[in-house]
Amino acid sequence: MAQAHSKAIARKRLPSWPVIRKELRVNLPLLALALPGLIHILLFQYATLPFLLVAFKSYRPALGLWDSPWVGFRNFEFLFTGTGKGWEIIRNVLLYNSTFIILGTVFALAIAIMLAEVHHSRLSRIYRTSLFLPQFISWVIIAYIVLAFFDRDQGMINAMLRSAGANPVNWYGTSEAWPPILVAAHLWRTVGLGSVVYLAGILRINPELFEAAAVDGANRWQQIRFITLPSLMPLVIVLTLLSIGNIFRADFGLFYQVPRQYANPLLIGSTDVIDTFVVRALSNSGQIELATAAGFFQSFVGLVLVVFINSIVRRVNPERALF
Amino acid sequence: MQLGKRLDRLPEDEDRFLSVHSENRAWTAAVHFILTVLALAFFVPIMLVISASFSDERTVLLNGYRLWPQNFSLQAYEYLFLDVTQIFRSYGVSIIVTFFGTTLGLLLSSMLAYALSRRNFRLRNVLSFIVYFTILFNGGIVPFYLLITRSLQLQNTLWALILPHLVVGFYVLILRTYFRELPEEIMEAATMDGAGEMRIFFQIVLPMSIPALATIGLFFILFYWNDWFTPLLFIRSNELVPLQYLLHRTMADLQFLTDNMSNIPTDIARPPVPLATIRMALAVLGAAPITLIFLLLQRYFVSGLTIGALKG
Repeated sequence: MAQAHSKAIARKRLPSWPVIRKELRVNLPLLALALPGLIHILLFQYATLPFLLVAFKSYRPALGLWDSPWVGFRNFEFLFTGTGKGWEIIRNVLLYNSTFIILGTVFALAIAIMLAEVHHSRLSRIYRTSLFLPQFISWVIIAYIVLAFFDRDQGMINAMLRSAGANPVNWYGTSEAWPPILVAAHLWRTVGLGSVVYLAGILRINPELFEAAAVDGANRWQQIRFITLPSLMPLVIVLTLLSIGNIFRADFGLFYQVPRQYANPLLIGSTDVIDTFVVRALSNSGQIELATAAGFFQSFVGLVLVVFINSIVRRVNPERALF
Repeated sequence: MQLGKRLDRLPEDEDRFLSVHSENRAWTAAVHFILTVLALAFFVPIMLVISASFSDERTVLLNGYRLWPQNFSLQAYEYLFLDVTQIFRSYGVSIIVTFFGTTLGLLLSSMLAYALSRRNFRLRNVLSFIVYFTILFNGGIVPFYLLITRSLQLQNTLWALILPHLVVGFYVLILRTYFRELPEEIMEAATMDGAGEMRIFFQIVLPMSIPALATIGLFFILFYWNDWFTPLLFIRSNELVPLQYLLHRTMADLQFLTDNMSNIPTDIARPPVPLATIRMALAVLGAAPITLIFLLLQRYFVSGLTIGALKG
């Protein structure tokens, strides 16, 4: 009796051989397909993580990662209180990203609303193409473009100032000039993509709503205020929240290339963000621990922030939550 | 496969452009006007660089850069082509890196994404977490640098430019979403006919996924072609300098380009470097390929992204 019972249990736990074979026939090839990509991720993403420990050590290349002396949070302290750089780069990245989010959303919405009015699909594509084009141009080339505008001697802006009788400005020596320039450069590059996303949102609105409103005598502006914008609000909120989740992360190319930080140290104060600081400190071998600490801070705070934001998004609009 | 072709073009979505708001001539005219001005304004920076590259050096030194070429001249380009060695080399490096990076990257990413999309894959949840966690958190620049140089010893190699970016959690996610939406019946039918998972993937799923693969492929191309940061970190020798990095070095230090043009006779016989225009010519050469690709394919790309946003 007991024997039959335990045999029955055993039969429940271990699947029969044909079942195992069937599972393997499906799972083994799938695993084989997944393996190269998986190995890549493990190698190039996860294998970097141990090096985060450099943030807690006083790194000596000769000794390597494991034997270098441990200093706890001293690098982080130094980053924030010692050099004060920590606060500056955080302040910069927060200010810039906030401006990017606000202005980016406003402009993308405005453009999307206008694009939705274009009934001619070919013209619409022409508009969208020209708005999209900057996405394809690397920041290095954009740095050349900015140079063409703002170079002290040949720049078009100064040339126009001169011919108007005004004095030319040494743009690359004036650090206050760069926040607006960087915001403009960022908008130029990204507003095309943003407007397409919002345009898709507008196209999802039921056209009957607009027809009914027109019948009731609403003019275009009222239609936009009372139908288009409210319908887009959930999308705007979600996208804004997701951007806030990434608020400590900056587009390195924008901040490093456009003001030509490598050539204009005067501009670093107003254009430095965590990412540019890390790269600069990396080249100074004396500061590699600071660089790692700053990067660790950025990744860690970024993770916490994204998880937090995601829980909010899940309440607002569950399908759009990241996880 | 007919199904694949149908997924390419969804005409209903494009046609919706034609019927969102009701008629109102003045408003539409105003909108067109603003959009035209905007589109032109977006183009102005590019025009500035192009026109500067085709301008006469002396005039530019006097008057600065203008929107129209002043005294049209091919000076800058002539100088660049005096010794094209470095430029050709950089083009070559960029093309090789982009080609291999894109094909390998697409292959590995789609294989992984497909496996993650199959509901009967036992390891799906664990592996998904491992893959997607990297979107939220990574070590940052310094650990990446230390891994490549200290552990893998890949500094100053082409591999350092290609390998690290082959599989990106974000693209795997997009591909997986796409694969998940493919009709299961086809795959079940294939299984019934005796096909293994590998065969299903390569002979059925991939051909059906051309739109998604093309879009992600374009992302890869865009990334690899424009990547100047990885070379900044790892490349030291001139033979391995890709195009955008060449532009970066030349921007920082014009000497970098002119010093490497060894075929030009030195001192007396060497023509003066058209400093003001040469950078602009270089920028045009650097942006031209990808811009051309974009303009040629924009019909698919812009519509595809709009439709993608519509569905996403």
